[in-house]
Amino acid sequence: MPFRNFKIIYRRYAGLYFCICVDVNDNNLAYLEAIHNFVEVLNEYFHNVCELDLVFNFYKVYTVVDEMFLAGEIRETSQTKVLKQLLMLQSLE
Amino acid sequence: NKNSCVEAGIRGICVGRCKSKEAEIKRINKELANIRSKFKGDKALDGYSKKKYVCKLLFIFLLGHDIDFGHMEAVNLLSSNRYTEKQIGYLFISVLVNSNSELIRLINNAIKNDLASRNPTFMGLALHCIANVGSREMAEAFAGEVPKILVAGDTMDSVKQSAALCLLRLYRTSPDLVPMGDWTSRVVHLLNDQHLGVVTAATSLITTLAQKNPEEFKTSVSLAVSRLSRIVTSASTDLQDYTYYFVPAPWLSVKLLRLLQCYPPPEDPAVRGRLTECLETILNKAQEPPKSKKVQHSNAKNAVLFEAISLIIHHDSEPNLLVRACNQLGQFLQHRETNLRYLALESMCTLASSEFSHEAVKTHIDTVINALKTERDVSVRQRAVDLLYAMCDRSNAQQIVAEMLSYLETADYSIREEIVLKVAILAEKYAVDYAWYVDTILNLIRIAGDYVSEEVWYRVIQIVINRDDVQGYAAKTVFEALQAPACHENLVKVGGYILGEFGNLIAGDPRSSPLVQFNLLHSKFHLCSVPTRALLLSTYIKFVNLFPEVKPTIQDVLRGDSQLRNADVELQQRAVEYLRLSTVASTDILATVLEEMPPFPERESSILAKLKKKKGPSTVTDLEDTKRERSVDVNGGPEPAPASASSTPSPSADLLGLGAAPAAPTGPPPSSGGGLLVDVFSDSASAAAPLAPGSEDNFRAFPKHPRISAGGSEFVCKNNGVLFENQLLQIGLKSEFRQNLGRMFIFYGNKTSTQFLNFTPTPVPRCGLDSLTRTHLNLQTKPVDPTVDGGAQVQQVVNIECVSDFTEAPVLNIQFRYGGTFQNVSVQLPITLNKFFQPTEMSSQDFFQRWKQLSNPQQEVQNIFKAKHPMDTEITKAKIIGFGSALLEEVDPNPANFVGAGIIHTKTSQTGCLLRLEPNLQAQMYRLTLRTSKETVSQRLCELLSQQF
Repeated sequence: MPFRNFKIIYRRYAGLYFCICVDVNDNNLAYLEAIHNFVEVLNEYFHNVCELDLVFNFYKVYTVVDEMFLAGEIRETSQTKVLKQLLMLQSLE
Repeated sequence: NKNSCVEAGIRGICVGRCKSKEAEIKRINKELANIRSKFKGDKALDGYSKKKYVCKLLFIFLLGHDIDFGHMEAVNLLSSNRYTEKQIGYLFISVLVNSNSELIRLINNAIKNDLASRNPTFMGLALHCIANVGSREMAEAFAGEVPKILVAGDTMDSVKQSAALCLLRLYRTSPDLVPMGDWTSRVVHLLNDQHLGVVTAATSLITTLAQKNPEEFKTSVSLAVSRLSRIVTSASTDLQDYTYYFVPAPWLSVKLLRLLQCYPPPEDPAVRGRLTECLETILNKAQEPPKSKKVQHSNAKNAVLFEAISLIIHHDSEPNLLVRACNQLGQFLQHRETNLRYLALESMCTLASSEFSHEAVKTHIDTVINALKTERDVSVRQRAVDLLYAMCDRSNAQQIVAEMLSYLETADYSIREEIVLKVAILAEKYAVDYAWYVDTILNLIRIAGDYVSEEVWYRVIQIVINRDDVQGYAAKTVFEALQAPACHENLVKVGGYILGEFGNLIAGDPRSSPLVQFNLLHSKFHLCSVPTRALLLSTYIKFVNLFPEVKPTIQDVLRGDSQLRNADVELQQRAVEYLRLSTVASTDILATVLEEMPPFPERESSILAKLKKKKGPSTVTDLEDTKRERSVDVNGGPEPAPASASSTPSPSADLLGLGAAPAAPTGPPPSSGGGLLVDVFSDSASAAAPLAPGSEDNFRAFPKHPRISAGGSEFVCKNNGVLFENQLLQIGLKSEFRQNLGRMFIFYGNKTSTQFLNFTPTPVPRCGLDSLTRTHLNLQTKPVDPTVDGGAQVQQVVNIECVSDFTEAPVLNIQFRYGGTFQNVSVQLPITLNKFFQPTEMSSQDFFQRWKQLSNPQQEVQNIFKAKHPMDTEITKAKIIGFGSALLEEVDPNPANFVGAGIIHTKTSQTGCLLRLEPNLQAQMYRLTLRTSKETVSQRLCELLSQQF
């Protein structure tokens, strides 16, 4: 979907939309799947994630985002590696 | 557990959210006061409490409230040794970026300590903060340090990943501050790193750097090729956690393929051979049976495939690969996934411009034409039009133009103008036979006259004038087309012009004798707008020269009062001058003055220029230009894509604004917000929303900034817009008024994912005190469907009749059940007296005569007020016209003043109104004077109009 000088790629999960805004030349399907990869990580991390998990733990969601996307780029795609890092950080709490 | 306390606190804030906006604000203000007093209190807060309150502030900010304190406490948290405290501190300053220089100094100092700490967790937090904020100050402080961390031998992998992207962000925002140095060669070798996460991050950095400094990063080509080769030839289990649904490292493959698009095909034959092998392998894999039925598998596989095809098109040097790519895309044209069909059409458009694959693309013409006819999604049809345009050449132009013309009859309004331009360009470009060209353009005007812009009909005239072999045919054809009882005004323009020039070529036939031609044109005259009538007057004078026998008839017409005394200056002047010219000039002089138009100079088609302007230069292929320049500036440019959710809050809030998100056409019906996200995993095929949703959704008809209209005063001078919006409901309006009647379309959008039940909106007129017995306004409407699904929109039509003048606007009462609670919304409907205003043009003399007649003190109302908006003449004019009055130019002796006139229509009476607005720029004041025959009307109009300036 075009948005200003960019485009938005989105995927809907139940009542929630996950949107990602990228350059018009960027690869649509790659970002569509990046959203899914992200949601699978959230699901694993929060054990069957629901909307309220994301609201009440918004600061943790930011951490997950930073692990997987940084500076507008895909940083890490391995679910195993991301989850390992997240669990390590959780243990510091 | 301390953390759950924070959670509980946030839950506490959350509870207030559901009831109403007011209750939420009250709850938030109480909480803010509490936090403020804690921060100000004498007792020093411990780290935990500080973290708790800073986290609450952040949450309140994310709910949409302004936060103007807490920065110092957040900065204090940065120096904590506890991860959780540090994390919240960094998050707060990343989200609420502050430009206070003292704070920046403290923040940078804390970051510096963390970068030097050798604690990978703390280093990560600091790097993420720099990457998310990316300010110039941070670039100044850290652009030297980050590259060192990136290439140091003892840096942990996860820190390297963060450092690479952090450096990328700094390079994008402040390229001048990132020094190239010996680190650059070591960065390229990260492509060989063992850790695929490091390679993933580094590839993005290298791609951006290579775009700006291709020479320095040239060695990345062979490394990228060998890395890519290892990935695509690997068995699906080799890469373990980087395999996604049986596809090895799809995102990294895409990134490597993009990096290669910064360069021409490799020169080294070995590298080139290896790359060709990779691309062939990717194309082969597309033919293999899928390893999984899940959409994730095919999406990931196709992501790589499309990127490979992009690279093949970019190189544009391997005919074999280009044709294979084209065949692969051809298969997708009929795929059941809408996304794939869309993407295939899009990629094929670029393939069509390569000389090697143009012919191969053309073989799919029938499929594409079929897509135009059968696709349900408008954006896919749009891509099909684009592709037909791109694949068009002399061999298939007639077929493609015919298909586009027939599509035009049913095409979506939003894309009609563009299709008209495309048809016009193709018809001109590939016309072998100019008779066909003329027919095509006349068809275009017949089918979609409203969308035929001036450029298009100017162009057909230019071409007819420049090509004498088509002039006779053109004259005959327009003459025939004008016989239709109802023809579009654009046809009258083209017909008038062409007959004026070349009518003599068909005048020999008694069925199109000069008089018949003239009568035909003149029968359309009175239905046309002023510019067309002006054009026809010129045609008439040309006729005087071409056909001396109709001169008396034409002179009679010119002499008529409706011409010589026309209120429009241009028409009057033409009539006077042409009449005079026809009377005094000799035949020779007439023949010289009214000679046939000379050929137009050849230049770039004005239509092509218009299409380029409309679509942006990069999206229109000049058909001459077979090789399309592809923009390699992928993520480049100093403007970062606002994709990083934590960098700035506003874009992400905007992206998630449900009000702006259209309902996806596919997918399961939305369940309540608290439902399990993962319900959908079992059925992921339907969870994938199309990338390209239809534009039919009505939400987009409205501007996106939500606001509650203050008493509707902004609607006084306009008829469409968003009337009301809260967290649940958006109400949009479109209305039209004519004399004392009006019709209003009200759109109710359910912004939530839950059904509204018993939804009953009722517009009711309000009675002023003066009239308990009389009705001023009649409103008629039908009830709407009592159930409004989540994300859906319903429409209600209200017919309005104004019986007599009124002051109080009607009210729209809406009741509905949402969740367990009853909701009640009341808003004023912006139906104001001025909506029944019809403009009246009059001369200066008339105006002042009537002005004097209305000198009774009850008839005049005056208001002197301070300007609330900048005093701009053009805006003021637009507002007076929007208010419904005519704007009379050159009536008031003082040109700075504005005067207007019009009639208020009600069922029982018509009230003439005169108005005068005198701005005083120095004092920033206005004086508004209204004179009407009815005191209440003067009073109300004056009130309404005064609010506008």
